Amino acid sequence: MKHQIDLNAIPKEKLRFAQLDAKLSDTKFEDKPIGYFHDAWIRFRKNRASVAATVIIILIVLFAFVVPIFTRNHMGVMDTYYAKKGPRHTWLKETLGIADGGVTGSYSEMDFVRYAAIGVGAEDKDGSSVQSIKDTMGTLYQPLNELIKVEESVNKLSKKTTMRFTAEFDNYLQVGFIYKMVTQQEYQKILDYQNETGLQILYPLIENNEWNPDPTDANYWYKCDKKFNAVTVNEKGKATKLNYSDDLVLEDNYMRDENGEVKFWQYAGGGTFDTAHYKIRILYYNYYYYLHDFFPDYIFGTDAQGYDLALRMAQGIQLSLLVAVAVSAINMVIGAIYGAIEGYYGGAADLIMERVSDVLSYVPFIIVMTLFQMHLAAKVGPIVSLLLGYVSIGWIGMAYRVRTQFYRFKTQEYVLAAHTLGANDWRIIWKHIFPNAIGTIITSSALTIPGVINSESMLSYLGIVKLGTASTTSLGTLLADASSIWTSYPHLMIFPAMVLSLLMICFNLFGNGLRDAFNPSLRGVDD
Amino acid sequence: MGYMGKYVIKRLILMLFTFFCIVTMCFMLVRALPRELPQGTASQVEQIKARWEALGYNKPLLEQYVIYWKNIITKWDFGTSWGIAFRKPAWDVLTGRLLPTVLVNAYSMVVAVPIGILLGIYAAIKKNKWQDSFISTVVMLFISVPSYVYAFLVQYFLYFKLGWLPLNVYALADADNSWVSWKMIYSMIAPVLALSFGEIAGLCRFTRAELTESLTQDYMLLARTKGLTRAQATSRHALKVAMVPILPSILSSFLGLIGGSMIIEQIFSIPGVGTLYIRSINLLDYDVFMMDCVFYTFIGLLAGIITDLSYGFLDPRIRMGAR
Repeated sequence: MKHQIDLNAIPKEKLRFAQLDAKLSDTKFEDKPIGYFHDAWIRFRKNRASVAATVIIILIVLFAFVVPIFTRNHMGVMDTYYAKKGPRHTWLKETLGIADGGVTGSYSEMDFVRYAAIGVGAEDKDGSSVQSIKDTMGTLYQPLNELIKVEESVNKLSKKTTMRFTAEFDNYLQVGFIYKMVTQQEYQKILDYQNETGLQILYPLIENNEWNPDPTDANYWYKCDKKFNAVTVNEKGKATKLNYSDDLVLEDNYMRDENGEVKFWQYAGGGTFDTAHYKIRILYYNYYYYLHDFFPDYIFGTDAQGYDLALRMAQGIQLSLLVAVAVSAINMVIGAIYGAIEGYYGGAADLIMERVSDVLSYVPFIIVMTLFQMHLAAKVGPIVSLLLGYVSIGWIGMAYRVRTQFYRFKTQEYVLAAHTLGANDWRIIWKHIFPNAIGTIITSSALTIPGVINSESMLSYLGIVKLGTASTTSLGTLLADASSIWTSYPHLMIFPAMVLSLLMICFNLFGNGLRDAFNPSLRGVDD
Repeated sequence: MGYMGKYVIKRLILMLFTFFCIVTMCFMLVRALPRELPQGTASQVEQIKARWEALGYNKPLLEQYVIYWKNIITKWDFGTSWGIAFRKPAWDVLTGRLLPTVLVNAYSMVVAVPIGILLGIYAAIKKNKWQDSFISTVVMLFISVPSYVYAFLVQYFLYFKLGWLPLNVYALADADNSWVSWKMIYSMIAPVLALSFGEIAGLCRFTRAELTESLTQDYMLLARTKGLTRAQATSRHALKVAMVPILPSILSSFLGLIGGSMIIEQIFSIPGVGTLYIRSINLLDYDVFMMDCVFYTFIGLLAGIITDLSYGFLDPRIRMGAR
């Protein structure tokens, strides 16, 4: 039962004014107002795919700018012996067992022994102790990573047994030893370096006798017959073929003097002491360190010419991004101005300008790019003419979009009001109408970037734009260089193609995310 | 003359005007490039020089331009190839290469159109379900990846790993001297596949967008109210309307492919128009290059006009040009 109050019976002194001193004007919002961009950002953040794409783009950009810092000393190093080699990184090889430079292949017995013998020869620094192949497994210079299987097959006609070896060899160590002609001073320098650092570069020369089947190949340090089979020779000079087994010990065939000491150099012409040339036999892996001061640790391998592929890719991404961002920025400016003038003034100006952009929009893209390259590449360089080519027709789409926005907004009442209040054309265009187009402009600028990256790599792949120099390259050029040889060296194609696809996918996702954020009514409409 | 007739004529005149402008620009820019005499003995070079003189290659640009159009109109002569096929008319050089390009692109359309449209319809019907988001995600990935990456993937897996397909399209002599023999079709599977991935994805996305729009229209509600099942309403009403923009887009993307499959032709060494273009640049065969410019411009304009006009023919609601 509620207690009823008679409202009229309340005594006057019990009543008081509730808001006697309070200001009854609008109170301030307690929240911060959300602006256009903030609103867009909130929407963008919710789109998980776009955020992930943005993160990947940032990572790729970081890759493009950080890799050249870490591989500063790889810059300009082009090594023909180590061209087209697969990924290899000592640290990753030891810790994770990946990127070991290894390529699995099928080898005949003589080839298998030849490559495995490199590791044995490298351990035997002065020709004193030849170890078995098994004992050198796992040593630093042994190219044989893993012997996967040995198959024996019998030829039906000749009844001969042949062995096939499936094995994984480290591509870099597989280069093994090479001969080199050096001046006397150079020899001394290498020798000093070797004594100082303990890095064995010089290895004994090989005797040029009947057991050396190929005097130009520095890897046959063991006795071989004319068919390149490893042999053992008894006192009477009779050779017996050695078959591969785990504990096979090869017989060395080094050049020795009367005292039985191995020789490390041989006089190879040249008159005086200073000009004399020596023939030396070097382990290329260590010689490489002597030359460049780093071991061939190439995380993505080396490209077709022998550059570090990771560095080349970083340079390619840099160039692609630079061109794409520059093109999209320039097109944005030109397109915005052109479209604004067209859309705002309308009439005859619009008709003429529209006709011009209509004609230009039908010029085939590839022909524009070709003509720009043909005319300007020799004068201003391929990159500048590439940019000019893009800019010459790329702004049309932007102009069209801005024009549409202007047509939509120029007849609205607030524009009329601004006119009446005396705002001039310039002010109305940029202050009142243009901000309405900003969302569209940002979105289509962002979506320009993947298009430019794609077409730029297509043009350089086709060779219409020639971008490959020692310090710059593009992803398309890398792919073009790889195109004829990549079935044998898949990494040349896989890494650049992967990065390119990833860039394209992520920029498209990023652009779509931006569009949804700036223009939520268009969400899910793909055009 | 009806409304449509006027519009068609207006479009055609505009197209001719655009075509004329672009050809003029290209001609000036191409002829302004320095011409290099081909390699050969002294007498051959002398002959070519005399021939060039007679063809007016050394006259002022404007005069050359007049000669160019005169030759086209009177003799259908678009110039002469000096590098690719010595002294063969540029027109013959181009048309001789048209068939392989058209065939490869036509095959890829035959593969892509049904798959793309069906996937698009399926995604639209299952809108906002997991099937739709799965298809949309895959389509997004497939649209973004450049076509030559597909070419490498196809080559790597189907040629290199599995050995099912040849690396390149066969030369004419290896395929019974016919562009339509089974052997030739077999060797074209790889480029057709490489082209199809992107096409399928593009069509699927377009179909889905159009169909989802027409599925939410009022006439669909009416169709359901009068007793049609969902399948009937979709196939008889929504699909019909959605097809209006899809059909022209198929046509124009076919034409776009002819102008844009250069890189696929290069990778699979198809002796088509695209490889001709690259060769004409590398050999500086300017007359053939000019022929290519004319061809690509024409194809581009044709695609544009077909799209525009077919909207009008297919959909009576669209009154073009009416303001």
